[in-house]
Amino acid sequence: MGTTASHLGKDLLSEYQELTFLTKQEILLAHKRFTELLTKDEKDLPNARVPVDRILTLPELKSNPFRKRICHVFSTSEHKDGSLTFEDFLDLLSAFSDSATLEIKSHYAFRIFDFDDDGTLDGGDLEKLVNCLTGETEDTRLTTDEMRQLISNILEESDIDKDGTVNLSEFQHVISRSPDFV
Amino acid sequence: SPVDEEVVHDSFNQLIAEQCRNDGLSDALELQQLQRDLEEEEGRDDVPYLSRPGHEFRGDRLGRSDVEWYDGERHGDPLIAERWSSATLKVLSSMPSRTIGRSRGAIISQYYNRTMQLRRRRQSRPSIRDFSHSARPSIRGYGMEVDSTDAEGTEVSKRERLVNNLQNLSASDRVRMLRAMPLSVAEKGELRRLALQKEKPTFSGSKIPCCSRLKFYIIIAFRQSWYSWLSFVHSLQLWQVALKRVSGRFGTGVLSYFLFLKTLLFFNVFLFLVTGAFLVLPQAVHPPAAAPNRPSFSGLELLTGAGYFSDTVMYYGYYSNYTLKSCRDDVGVHNVSVSNGTSNQHCASRQNSYNMPLAYFFTIGVAFFITCIILVYSMSKSFGQSFRIDKSHSILAIKVFCSWDFKVIKKTSVKLMSGNICTQLKELLAEVNHKNVNNTACQKLWRLMIHGLAWVICIGSTFGCVLGIYHFSVYMHQTPPSNEARLLALPVLVSLINLLLPGLFNLAAWMEDYDSPSVCTYVAIGRNLMLKVSILGVLCNHWLRRVADDREIIGLTCWESFVGQELYRFLLMEFIFTLLDTLFGELLWRLFSERVLKRRRKPVFDIARNVLELIYGQTLAWYGTHCTDAHSCVKSALLGNDSELCFRLGVLFTPLLPAVQILKLLLLFYIKKEGEDKKFLITRLQSIHEQKRTPARRLTSQVGLC
Repeated sequence: MGTTASHLGKDLLSEYQELTFLTKQEILLAHKRFTELLTKDEKDLPNARVPVDRILTLPELKSNPFRKRICHVFSTSEHKDGSLTFEDFLDLLSAFSDSATLEIKSHYAFRIFDFDDDGTLDGGDLEKLVNCLTGETEDTRLTTDEMRQLISNILEESDIDKDGTVNLSEFQHVISRSPDFV
Repeated sequence: SPVDEEVVHDSFNQLIAEQCRNDGLSDALELQQLQRDLEEEEGRDDVPYLSRPGHEFRGDRLGRSDVEWYDGERHGDPLIAERWSSATLKVLSSMPSRTIGRSRGAIISQYYNRTMQLRRRRQSRPSIRDFSHSARPSIRGYGMEVDSTDAEGTEVSKRERLVNNLQNLSASDRVRMLRAMPLSVAEKGELRRLALQKEKPTFSGSKIPCCSRLKFYIIIAFRQSWYSWLSFVHSLQLWQVALKRVSGRFGTGVLSYFLFLKTLLFFNVFLFLVTGAFLVLPQAVHPPAAAPNRPSFSGLELLTGAGYFSDTVMYYGYYSNYTLKSCRDDVGVHNVSVSNGTSNQHCASRQNSYNMPLAYFFTIGVAFFITCIILVYSMSKSFGQSFRIDKSHSILAIKVFCSWDFKVIKKTSVKLMSGNICTQLKELLAEVNHKNVNNTACQKLWRLMIHGLAWVICIGSTFGCVLGIYHFSVYMHQTPPSNEARLLALPVLVSLINLLLPGLFNLAAWMEDYDSPSVCTYVAIGRNLMLKVSILGVLCNHWLRRVADDREIIGLTCWESFVGQELYRFLLMEFIFTLLDTLFGELLWRLFSERVLKRRRKPVFDIARNVLELIYGQTLAWYGTHCTDAHSCVKSALLGNDSELCFRLGVLFTPLLPAVQILKLLLLFYIKKEGEDKKFLITRLQSIHEQKRTPARRLTSQVGLC
């Protein structure tokens, strides 16, 4: 089931179209962008894997504070180094496309926000999340007091079973109340 | 990744470790550490040991070097601080809430249950009532989404059962199920392959009789051509690069405005093609006899729409009342249009006849009907997506989880967005802290008075302006126009009011200082809507009542053409004023706020107001093409006098108005897009306007209502 870098077969194209939320044009465009990232000898390999630093040169990901987490979540490599094959790349695009269901988006958002990969969002995860949101410069960060208060408020609002963490179903419950979850 | 089954719950680790530490079982901790070291070498855990309950704790996160002990920040919640026994922890760890949806086994069993339910719904099964109450839940149809903690073998069988279910679904259901699964493409491809593989032998083995095979091929061919047509339409992505740049710089809210503009453009193109093909073209090919005193072309026509244009295909009065017939005689001259009255012209060769009135009526009727259906359908779809039942109380959690806009790409915009979020979080925190302060009765009364004052201002100004327009239109109607430029006075006044009054509404809203941004947005939309509807109402009244009845005063033979010209002028003035506002208005406001108010505020793209402007323009265009006037119809039937040029259905005024609207929308797109480089930036302090983008999707469904 490998893809040669030069040409995407027709049945493979329709298979990808059935499995993801992307249209055929979008898949072809993604293929073009992905092959631009490959080096010459990688182009001949089936299922070429692009290392994470090259993925992060894409303009869509370059300035995103969650870029490393995104690569990590969608990567299927055994070494957990965030490298992506073309199918991982399609996964990424499909989850972020406009026609993806709320469930898919919330599932992947949860995994992106789960910085320590333990299956729940605890206080450390929430703190890192807020720091990513507010930026890297000092004047936009919250003070430690504000951070503590914010985290306790969030946990109070969303933690239903009161175990100190937000798990996937609690997260999805919070998300479903808000209509503009992109 | 769900592939990685070796998921550990860090919280339990720490709780256990603390408990062990407190109870002095340091050897248990040591055992843990030893185990972790062993696992990092071997990669797979087979050794059972005491303090890690449940199979989810097997293995370790490879590659993680640091363990975070999240200690001091637990806020005195008695439940969290409690020390649980290891038995409790074991029970808790296998609860579905901990493991749900994360591991591959959980996802597969969850989707197995869903496909089962889907199959049950699609097939006819005996109803639950037929089963006794004591029957097992699984028989009664309650699928349980529990992640069972059995051995590895069940996962394989679960997968097989899922594949079995997938096979038994219809193709579209299967595609939908597969797409919605949060697994990687590789695994989904595997499932799909397995599901399709088992299906194929049943198909090719059977003998299909010849005629139904032919039917089958026809259906397949039809379906393929339909899909390729859809993908072709989808590939005609107008403005794809421009929209990507806009969303990359300004986010989803502003993008929704431009998407709405694109939708309106397509509506107008559709309308234009239909009217063009069926109405304008036949009439242009068979022009009626030219009126005797036709004015020559001067530049003013582009603004006023009168003069030279009044006797062209643009307006209704030009269209023929009769059936168009084209004759070819032997010499080869054709395109001789004859009316019914003089139909005794001998046409030896064939005749093409085209019933103009009927074509007029049916074309517009059908186009209107189709537009209506498309609107209602898209409105119901977007309404269903954005409808939320209750007002949520978890504002902070929603703000933290949902506020990051992943469409924004540009580095400066990302920085701005981060700054915005920080400000909003601080504000929300301050608000939550001070929520305990109850408003005294006096404060409540004061707030009520402020709200009342603001509403009085808004309604009063609306009423005053509407009255002004009414009297001005009466005045203009009484005195016949001396020169053509005077015809522009009423449109200029209306456009000026449309420009200035929303600013006044914004001022009133700022004075009121709403707490909730969605309430603020709804109030703003309501006020703007009230203004536009009353203006349209008074204009309709002016045209249909006064102009139609007293047309001799103005010296018109065909009032419908006059109304069409008025609409053209209104549309054009609206556009010119929007241009002026975009280019100069924001500049003036920025100068004013910097010099006088001494604040570095960048103006904000007021999405609600701009969307309403688009709707207003489109309403004018549709009004010009579609409006039926039952009143005029009845009256003319009673009076019985018809001039030859005017056709008394009173249906349509300006068939070419969609073309004008198309041009206007195209220009508006490019100007707004470029204007944003300099002017429409999101400001730090305007948190209310920032949060206005929250109901951006709801706006498109409200558009349909408008």
